[in-house]
Amino acid sequence: MNGLGLLKGLQVTLSRFIDSYTEDIRWFFKRYEKVGFRSSKNAKGTFTVQYPEEKLILPEEFRYVPFLIYDEGDNGEKNIRCTSCGICAKACPPQCIWIVRTSDPVTGRPVPQPAEFYIDADICMNCGFCAEYCPFDAIKMDHDFEIASFERNLLNKEKLLKPASYYAGIRPTNNAREEEARAAKAAAKAAKV
Amino acid sequence: MATPVLTETIDLAARFPGAVTADARPGYSGWMVEKDSLIKVATDIRDGLGYDFLSSVTAVDYIEQNKFEVVYHVYKTTGGPALVFKTQAERVDPVEVPSVVSIWPGADFQEREAWDLYGIKFTGHPDLRRILMWEGFEGHPMRKDFKEAFHEEDAKPLKSRWPEGQHKYAEARNPYGDNIMFKPGFDPEKWTPTDPEEALYASLKTYKTEEIDGIKTDHIIVNMGPQHPSTHGVFRAVVVLDGETVIGLKPVMGYLHRNHEKIGERNTFLQNMPYTDRLDYFNSMYNNWGYSLAVEKLMGIQVPERAEYIRVIMGELSRIQNHLILFGMLWNDLGAYFTPALYAFEERELILDIFEAVAGSRMMCNYHRFGGVVRDIDEASLRKIKDLVFERLPRKAEEFDRLLSENEIFVSRMKGVGYLSPEDSIAFSVSGPNLRAAGVPYDIRRADPYGIYDRFEFDIPVRHNSDLLDRYYLRVDEIKQSLRILQQAVKQLPEGPFLAGKPVYQVRVPAGEAYGRVEAPKGELGFYVISNGKGNPYRYHIRTPSFINITSVEKMCVGSKIADFVTILGMVDIVLGELDR
Repeated sequence: MNGLGLLKGLQVTLSRFIDSYTEDIRWFFKRYEKVGFRSSKNAKGTFTVQYPEEKLILPEEFRYVPFLIYDEGDNGEKNIRCTSCGICAKACPPQCIWIVRTSDPVTGRPVPQPAEFYIDADICMNCGFCAEYCPFDAIKMDHDFEIASFERNLLNKEKLLKPASYYAGIRPTNNAREEEARAAKAAAKAAKV
Repeated sequence: MATPVLTETIDLAARFPGAVTADARPGYSGWMVEKDSLIKVATDIRDGLGYDFLSSVTAVDYIEQNKFEVVYHVYKTTGGPALVFKTQAERVDPVEVPSVVSIWPGADFQEREAWDLYGIKFTGHPDLRRILMWEGFEGHPMRKDFKEAFHEEDAKPLKSRWPEGQHKYAEARNPYGDNIMFKPGFDPEKWTPTDPEEALYASLKTYKTEEIDGIKTDHIIVNMGPQHPSTHGVFRAVVVLDGETVIGLKPVMGYLHRNHEKIGERNTFLQNMPYTDRLDYFNSMYNNWGYSLAVEKLMGIQVPERAEYIRVIMGELSRIQNHLILFGMLWNDLGAYFTPALYAFEERELILDIFEAVAGSRMMCNYHRFGGVVRDIDEASLRKIKDLVFERLPRKAEEFDRLLSENEIFVSRMKGVGYLSPEDSIAFSVSGPNLRAAGVPYDIRRADPYGIYDRFEFDIPVRHNSDLLDRYYLRVDEIKQSLRILQQAVKQLPEGPFLAGKPVYQVRVPAGEAYGRVEAPKGELGFYVISNGKGNPYRYHIRTPSFINITSVEKMCVGSKIADFVTILGMVDIVLGELDR
């Protein structure tokens, strides 16, 4: 009971205090590069990030409210990959996906194309099941987490659609792997015919 | 490598002819005990057979057989598999089953929960009140015939979503139509509320007024919470004080109750996985593990080697960050406001970065699947894990030790406070670090190994004083042991598949029951799952460590000062997401 233990602890605080200044000086001109250093094993000094000027680097697998992918056609049309098979709506744990299937007006048979696609982003729990189990790589998890709004976030088809190039940008390795798988599948199909 | 199999078979039926029969339903195991001889049999199970640790008490509503079933899982604190016994009661109100609180006091809150949610009256229970729902709630929500507000269909996936899925907000479907249940003859317009707290205050020690030295003195009742910073959430403790000394305490909970289990029965098996993240939201990796363990037992699938290793790595990282938060928050409670807490959060941050890179989310990991994990650890993350477990975390754990462990203020606030004897700890079903700090070397990773924990070399830290200081030191030791496991696991991590079979969103689970339990950072986390062969679990119960560890908090607090309650509660390590479910 002589306060030595307390002083020993305060040494730690003191060295951290000094660190926060020395690190600031070290990174003075490269302030925004510090974000990468912050998540490394040698990180020390000020740990906080000045959001929104500084942002943490999002890992590729980061998942947020899903979006629908369309492939850009040669003359600018949007080829939606979704076939409205409904697997995402069935797998969705909070059941926040609503899909209206398109029917051929003449025959009444279903057409592989969603007439409407809703995701209630207020209910979505960002679990990623829809993206995981989609057989057509049509629905994927987004990186855009700044969706706060004064209204409720009911996303319809127009709001959900994003180009395939966007997806390739946020998830390059996943995209490459899936492209490869699709190409192999197409080749196998072609070989069969 | 081989799991030590305890070959001791217990034939309860032969021990109690007439009173006990084997549970012969396909997929089920254990013993069916006649309701009338339950106390006799249970006493013998504890005293004669030595099953001193009651892990879980829960109820199942077999509405088709018109029966309620109460299921007990008991263990020996010396290790080994469970002894499961059940008792059935007719599904006619009042449903009465003898209470086992007199045998295992740890059954207290669990029986109250079963009363609350199923309406099973446990005769002989000292304080049978609602626990998760509020006093005055009508009905018992876990019964199969109870329909909650916004009830749409009995099971997911809901038909309104596809192929004609026109979106509707949930509140647009009028909840006050036929979705609400009032008891017969109840008219909400003419209702005058009675004091819902009456039963609560009656259950406390009656406070008295006396005269000491000519001065009239009173015991006073203090409500700590529901909004109190020490409770780390919305939790309330009603404390009876004699001066500053606590003489009685009742925890009041359920403010965050969402009937997780009812939601779980509506979900398909896989859909429950992300919901388990939300139980103990600091340790979603561990919650995932417990649940997948139970369902994998039912499905009888083997988890590939690499997935087992990944599970261990993620689980132990999760344990480290859980203990770090505890330390940080404990210091907040003790008055060192936020400096140590943020030091702890830095290390946690680095661990969460790994979770984010591997699982996609920092806290709601949703990483496990039945038969493995959802994706492999990428090279970069593996390198980061190596950096952390070989370099940074050992260094930082040591720094933390220097920062806190010898601080005189800290030590004097914790030493000798919150004592709970080892006998009481076992009786109250306390599990996890708090049990081991009482000198009981009971850790499921060793006592009843799951996953591949039998391959690693590590010690189960034990402390013997059972006060707050020992509970703290024990967790410091545990971090070191976790690092030891991690270092081995990272080195041994084999190549291979990370998921057994193809990923499927609708798994086939054969009928039967399974209890999967893991040594979560807060204590024993158990998932009791019953399948009837359909897409949704018939019963989905979670034995959460926070909920059951809180049973002993009154015992720990009585005799201490009111200020110590804050520290004691902090050391029990509750998290409201799993306490209230």
